[in-house]
This record gives sequence, structure tokens and C-alpha cells, in this order.
Amino acid sequence: MSTHAPHPTSPSATDSAAAPLVEMRGITKIYPNGVLANHEVTFAVRAGEIHALVGENGAGKSTLMKILYGMERPSAGQIFLRGKPTTIHSPHEAITQGIGMVHQNFMLVPSFTIAENIVLGTEPSRGAFVDRRAAIAAAAQLAQQYGLSVDPEARVDVVPVGMRQRVEILKALYRGADVLILDEPTAVLTPQETHELFTAIQRLIQVGKTVIFISHKLHEVMEISDRISVMRDARLVGTLDKHEANERLLAKMMVGREVFLNIEKTPAQRGPLVLKVRNLEYATETGVEVLKGVSLSVYAGEILGIAGVEGNGQTELVEVIAGLRTPLSGVIELNGKSIAGLTPRQVRQAGVAHIPEDRLTNGVALTASIQENLIVDRYTREPFTRGGLMRPAAIARNSEALIEAYAIRAPDGSLPVGALSGGNMQKVVVARELSSQPKLLIAAQPTRGVDIGATEFMHEQLVRARNAGVAILLVSADLSEVMSLSDRLAVMHAGRIVALFPSTEGLTEEEVGLYMLGTKTMSQSEIESHW
Amino acid sequence: MEQALQAIFSATFVAAVLRVTTPILLPALGGLIAELGGVANIALEGIMLISACAGVLVSIATQSEWLGLLAGLAAGIITALVLAFFHLDLKADIILSAIAINILASGGTIFVVFLLTGDKGSTSALVSRQMPFIEIPIIKDIPLLGPILSGQNLLTYIAFIAVAGVAIFLYRMRAGIHLRAVGENPDAARSVGINVRSQQYLALALSGALAALGGVYLSMGYVKFFARDMTAGRGFIALAAIFLGGKTPLGTMIAALVFGLAEALSVQLGNLRVPNQLVQMIPYIATLIALVVYALVQRQRAIAHQRRFRQAPTP
Repeated sequence: MSTHAPHPTSPSATDSAAAPLVEMRGITKIYPNGVLANHEVTFAVRAGEIHALVGENGAGKSTLMKILYGMERPSAGQIFLRGKPTTIHSPHEAITQGIGMVHQNFMLVPSFTIAENIVLGTEPSRGAFVDRRAAIAAAAQLAQQYGLSVDPEARVDVVPVGMRQRVEILKALYRGADVLILDEPTAVLTPQETHELFTAIQRLIQVGKTVIFISHKLHEVMEISDRISVMRDARLVGTLDKHEANERLLAKMMVGREVFLNIEKTPAQRGPLVLKVRNLEYATETGVEVLKGVSLSVYAGEILGIAGVEGNGQTELVEVIAGLRTPLSGVIELNGKSIAGLTPRQVRQAGVAHIPEDRLTNGVALTASIQENLIVDRYTREPFTRGGLMRPAAIARNSEALIEAYAIRAPDGSLPVGALSGGNMQKVVVARELSSQPKLLIAAQPTRGVDIGATEFMHEQLVRARNAGVAILLVSADLSEVMSLSDRLAVMHAGRIVALFPSTEGLTEEEVGLYMLGTKTMSQSEIESHW
Repeated sequence: MEQALQAIFSATFVAAVLRVTTPILLPALGGLIAELGGVANIALEGIMLISACAGVLVSIATQSEWLGLLAGLAAGIITALVLAFFHLDLKADIILSAIAINILASGGTIFVVFLLTGDKGSTSALVSRQMPFIEIPIIKDIPLLGPILSGQNLLTYIAFIAVAGVAIFLYRMRAGIHLRAVGENPDAARSVGINVRSQQYLALALSGALAALGGVYLSMGYVKFFARDMTAGRGFIALAAIFLGGKTPLGTMIAALVFGLAEALSVQLGNLRVPNQLVQMIPYIATLIALVVYALVQRQRAIAHQRRFRQAPTP
């Protein structure tokens, strides 16, 4: 499985597990609202290893790491560092004890330079003044030492995501971290950037650092780690050496049952053209060009996937088609009729369903009930309204049927949606959108923040809708997801479609990654030949 | 008309611009610090009023302008700290708390003045002190420049020196850099051990101090008494100057000068036979126009883009 040669084991790693570098013993965490996040978790990390911590959302791995990093206090249990009991009450205390953390949402100040961010809080100073030259020199020296290339004088908000992540790692190293906690570091990276990150992690290990790697991408976990700990339902269900583990076993440990990681799907039965987009242009109110002439076609009974690093116009493309943003120019046709410039409601009535990428703000109304969320696009129509009055019985019947059909785990439909887990919340959205009998379904990041079980369910639903003849436009930052689900695959970069593959057969993530980075571009005629 | 033009293109007019810019610039610099610290302070108006009042009353009682200045400063800082306590410790909404302070300041100052002097309008019947006006040797004898740069009130000099001071504080000093980090990404600041709460206390205290200087200038420099609601919206115009100035010290100063120019103009025209009510509207209309222009400039690029796209031939 691994493409890396095993690194030379450091002496401490060959020691028995008796004196681990970090040991969390019997950690229990109960939040004030009664949620049990960790239950008697014992977790040990040896010096010089890459230790992966995997588990579904809500399994408790973030809580465990927040406790280690001093952001949360355990209700019970003890932390040992280098064999000695210790307490960590704040991130600052964690840092002084040599523990650094790279958060998923970067903790950077956007308008500050990279050097300023690296030294923030512990700046080299002359009196009350910051010694900027010393800060830049320190950042450059550190970057050089660990092979993490950054431009110390560039502002953080203009550099790519991969570099921002390196800044975060350097920030931790600048503060003398020996143990680095990386929270889902590859979620925002292209395959190439992921590869670079892994090389950098290997280098950190060689100079004696220890890395805790939180992830749910099992193939990455198998590639990079020495040992893997799996969490489920607030408990640590096991720690495996890499050679004992495989993806299937890990998935089973995470979910607690057999999981089908591969998406079963028959070849697409492509029907007539449903969505036709030509030369779509869009700029934000402040004048930033986001879509620079996007053209694509989606046919009935197929899934057209759009891959790309986030922020290359995918969000805007989806929202323009869904009627949430007004394009500057271009053609958007549904079954031959223009839907450009229509209101979202008119677009929906024309037969477009939309699973928005930001579920919490655009997908559901958190304080409204499941029943209400399931009818927000149709409450003005029969049978939910008659004579201007809502009909509670019909609304309740509708929600009961959908809760059952989409296996939404909720006691009843009157519960506010905000009380549901991410996966069940997404099921509410999917149930509403698919039950509207759409001709076109736009699914943006449909499985983001959703656990493996629910992901499996979403994938099944998408394939089922496709087989029923719905045209599906799928946008996902998860490259393996978009590659395995799509019948045809487009790649977006800098507001343009830079590649369109008529099939995903034989396509590798690395190949797609080159287009995502913009290093490769298909000719316009080749793209058009696949329209 | 000729008379008016003559008045405007004179050194005394430019000197007047600096004079009326001072009570806008000082609170604007304070508001800028608070804004960049992530604690927008819209209580500048109220703080100015309280400081203007406290300064005059103490200077009447002690017959010392310096004790008056000190009292004004203390009153401003304490008021700002009260706002900070409500917002940062009691978790009250900062806008609502600031509105409460503004209303309290308007009624409270005149109440105190009435209690102490028996006058509900102003303290002009009593002898209060003024901050010194400073003649700068050599410069004062330069033609044209002399009358502009020399002979201004001490607080006017302080206001313009404070522009550089605030810039150095915000961009070169540890405390200022930490303060901006807190304002931009409090989680990032917290994660490197910066105390967000104390930085925001500092930001509000500094904004209170600068607004206080603006208030003291009004009652102990610009004029020599405290009058009901004498700030006349300058604390709010200062807020407009911050945003118009792109949230930088230099930009804020330029914006404050633009507003100062408008106000000086209204003073000049007031001497002519133009209806008084019309003339007094000038500073406020200038603020409105400036904000509209600002919004239009912001959108200009977008409009240019759209035009370009529309003209592009669609194949």
C-alpha cells in the first residue's frame, strides 16, 4: 500500500510502549450539555512516529486533541508527557511543553505577512517595538531548515492554501514544538500539495519530531502513518501497526459494521440534453472576475462531476445556475429554455434541485422543524396549503414519509433540524431536493462533514437518481469522491473549465491534479468535443 | 461672492481648517484603534461630551487647565472602560451599550452642569481655563505658512502628531500588532497566547483617551465653555472618517481634513448673507456625500467589469 520506504526507526520508538512521548490515560470528557465526547480513552504516541487518529465526525478525535492542546479540560483522566504527569490548561501551556497544533481552519491573520504570522505572540523585539528584520530572518531560516518553502514577506491572504498550511507548521516549529498535531491537513490540498506535505512530514520525523495526523481519508492514513488509532462513539476502539491494518478493516472499526467503500454503478444511460451552459461570465460586486466563460452540458441520466481546488469558481457556478447570483452574460438553458436571470423559486419550478455546499446557512433553517424544512420549496402549493392556510396534517404526512424513505434518524418531524447530526441534516436536504422530482440536481459538496455511513447513503441516492434519469451536476472538493461518482469529469481552474474527460476510466488523481493546479490545460476544441 | 472666495483662499482659512479638524481627527484616531481591535466604538460622541464637560468643570473649580485636561482624560478613559466592561465581561452588545452611553452623556452632562452651576444651557457664565496656544519660533515668521502652522492650540498639534504615533503603535509596536491580530482573527491570536480580552480593553481605553482629548479640545481650546450637546455629531463624523480613510491612520487623517474643510467652509459662509440653517448643514451633507462617493468608488470596478463583459461579443 505504502509508496514510502520505512524511515529508520529512532531509538525511542524501538523501546517498549512503556515510556511513550505522549500518553493520555483514561480520558473522559462530558460537555456541560451532557454530551459524552470521550469515554475512558487511553491513547499513546511514541517519540518519532507518525500516528494517525481516525474516526467519523463526532467520534471524539477532535475533542481528544483539543484536550491534548489545552483547548478543553478533561472531566477525568491524566496526561503524561515523557512519562511524567502534567496538566495542560491552555494552548499556550501546550506550546511551552512542546505540543503544537495545525488547525483545519487556519489560525492565521490574513493581512499580516508570513513572517509576522510565524512570530506572532513571541516576536523578536527591541523594547516595545517588533524587530521586523529579525522576524523575517527567523522565518526564512526556519523554512530553510525544515524544507517548508514560504515567502516570509508575502501577505498570507494572497498565498495559496498549501503555503498557508506550511506557515501553520512553521508557526508551531518556531515555538519549539516536538509533537505536531495536524487536524485533517489534506482536506484543502490538491494531490500534488498532499504529496509535498507528506514529504515535509517525513522530513520532520527525520529531525526527531513526532506527528499526530488526524484524518478520515483512509488511503492517506495507510500511506503516511506508522501506527493508527481508531475512535468510535467517544471510545478508542483500537491502535494498530500499519502492517496489521488495511482500509477495509479501518473503515469497519470506524463504523462498527462492514462498509462498502466502492461505489456500485452501472454504465450511464445517457438521455437528452438537460442543462446547457455557454460562456457564462460572472464577477462579484467588488469586480473580481470569478467565472470567465464557463461552458458545459449535462445530459439526463448522467453525473457530470466538477473537480477543482476550492475557490476556483465552483461555488459561484453552482449559485449562478441555481438563480442565487446573477450572471454578467452567457447562456443557461434547461431543456432548451433559458433560466438565466430567473429568481431561485422560478429556477426551482423549472425543475432544478440544489443541494447547497453550506448546509448550515443555505441548506436548512436550523431552528425550524424537520417538517418545515422539508416543504420550504413547496409550501405555497397543494397539498401543503389550501386557501392561503397551511395544512399541518399534510405537512406531517409528507415528513413522515420522507423520514422513513431517507432513513433520517429523528424521533419525529417536529424536532428542530439544528438538533440533528451533520449526516442526518444533510439527509433532510437530500430528501427535500430529490422529492421535488427534479430534472436537474446540483449537488455541491454533498458529503462534506458527513460520516462514512451517511456518505455511503448519499452516494447510493445520487446514483439512484441518475439511474432514474435525473441529470446531475456534482461539485466536490473530495477528488476521490468526484472521480468515482462521475460519468464525465470536468476540472475547474481560475474560473474556467480547463479539462473535460468523457470518462473517468483509467484516470488517475495525479493526472486530474495537474489540471486542478493549472499546470495542464486541454485545448478548447478538445473540451468542446466532449460537450 | 468675491468676499467669500477671498476668505477661503487665505491663510487664516487654512488655519481654521486645522482648528476644526482637530475635534474630528482625535476621536477618529481613537475609533480607528478600537475598530482594528475588533471592538467598534460608536460611543466616541458620548465620551467626547463627558470629557468636554469634566474638563471644564474641573478647570473652573481648580483654575488649572492641566487638571482640567487630566480630568477630561480620566473621564473619557473610564467611560470607555465601562463600555469595555459591559461588552467584554458582561457580554452586552457593544453597539447597544455605546448608544446607551451616548444618550447618557447627552442628558447626564447637562444634568451635572445644572446641579453644579444652576445653568441648563452652558457654563459660559463661569471662568474656565483654556489649553495653551503655541507660537512656534522661526516658523511663525514665515509668510503664509506661519499663520497656518504657528499659533494653534496644543491639542491641535497633538492631534496631528498622534497620526504618526498611532501608525507607529499599530504597525511597529508589539502591543499594536497584537491588537490588530486580535481584531482580525481572535482565534489565531488566542492560539498563540495573546490575551484577547486585555487587548480589547486596551483598544477601548486608547480610543477613550483620544476621544477625550477631542472633547477637551472642544470645551477648552476651540471655545472656553461647555454647552449642551456641543460635540454636535463630531463623534459620528469621526466614525465616517475611519471608513472613508480605508481604516488607516493616514487615510483617516485625510478624511478628517475633508470634513474639517467642509466645516470651516460653513463657518466662513456663516458670516455672509446666506441662510444660517443652510450653512450649518454643510459638514453633515459633506459626510453624506463622502460616504456615497466612497460606496460608488467601491462599485466602480464592478461596473467597469460589467460594461466590458457586455461589450464583449458573445459567440
